[in-house]
Amino acid sequence: MKAISIEEAVAMIPAGASVMVGGFMGVGTPERLLDEVVRQNKTGLTLISNDAATPGKGVGKLFDQALVSKLTATHIGLNPKAQQQMLASQISVDLVPQGTFVERIRAGGCGLGGVLTPTGVGTLVAEGKRQIEIDGKPFLLETALRAQFALVHAFLADYLGNLAYALTSRNFNPVMAMAADTVIVTAEHIVPVGVIAPDHVVTPAPLVDYLITNG
Amino acid sequence: MDPQIIIARRVAKELKTGNLVNLGIGIPTLVANYVPSDLKVFFQSENGLIGTGPIPEQGMAHPTLTDAGGRPISALPGASTFDSAMSFGLIRGGHVDVTVLGGLQVDAHGHLANWMIPGKMVPGMGGAMDLVSGAKRVIVAMQHAAKGKSKIVAKCSLPLTSARPVHLVVTDMAVIGFPGGRATLLETAPGISVGEVMAVTEAELAIPDSVLEMRL
Repeated sequence: MKAISIEEAVAMIPAGASVMVGGFMGVGTPERLLDEVVRQNKTGLTLISNDAATPGKGVGKLFDQALVSKLTATHIGLNPKAQQQMLASQISVDLVPQGTFVERIRAGGCGLGGVLTPTGVGTLVAEGKRQIEIDGKPFLLETALRAQFALVHAFLADYLGNLAYALTSRNFNPVMAMAADTVIVTAEHIVPVGVIAPDHVVTPAPLVDYLITNG
Repeated sequence: MDPQIIIARRVAKELKTGNLVNLGIGIPTLVANYVPSDLKVFFQSENGLIGTGPIPEQGMAHPTLTDAGGRPISALPGASTFDSAMSFGLIRGGHVDVTVLGGLQVDAHGHLANWMIPGKMVPGMGGAMDLVSGAKRVIVAMQHAAKGKSKIVAKCSLPLTSARPVHLVVTDMAVIGFPGGRATLLETAPGISVGEVMAVTEAELAIPDSVLEMRL
């Protein structure tokens, strides 16, 4: 793990990169990193995020500035700007059931090619996918999902990069921290090694590439 | 009584002590208000919490304690938090005893459509498909009709949420079950006759010898 400034971290992300962003309706989202992505005007992003949050909040900021060209998400109904951009074909959107979304990312981070899920069998979600029967029950083959960058927000990070999360801001963060080539983390508090007890570390330090220093 | 309150009160009667319950947004959220205090139910919020409590008092909200709509909630003693993989493992893995969801249409065989209206409303399915595929018992809480049109239809014209049928539909007029895969009128709301329910229901309903009145 390397501790760096937010400007340096975001400068590593090229325009058109694939980026996973943690958070659920803007809760547990690395807001400061997104502000800097907007400031550095990183266009044409492939965004993998549970939802589109709301305008001005979380990943919603990326839609405010029209920085996203491709989106994989589970629900974008609470962001009218993302909806408009989808209906106007400015962004291509792949809507995925939430349990499938997180398992595809988990698979991507765990060296699996994909997962078999009953969710979506017999619906529009099944179109173009392989259906496989196990013990007489139908499952869809859903392939693994990875990104070049994961932007993760933690409650606590220690000097080594061990992470712990708070309440419902955990959501997709620890799963995404496994599934990207480069993992960049912001934390509410950066604390000495040992403050987070081994049993309370959720994301082990070796998974974190860059920790943003707190100003 | 307000139609939404009739629905929420009747659905609350389906919950049992020890149940792990997931409530969707809209009418299903109201169900929590009508669970008797001696009934110990665990409510799950799919963004990563079991043991959701009431909306916190003014000034007591915490930015990292929210429901699936991003609104502030509280956590009860004994609550637990977890990531989204665990949350949906609970849902898909059959660990959630009851899920209560809103609906756009339910057909004569219990198939639910509740996530999109092609060309008009494409918000995404969120967790709905996993909940209908995986929860032990799926209850739909919705108005019987919208703009004079029955929401209990012969066949869903909207895209399905799951190929798996739901177990129970509770509306402001009736409770409908699906024994043998066939829509069956189990109860009517107070003051509503069997004939009135049949007249506003597009799907053909099986009518058993005795149809009870909803207890609220």
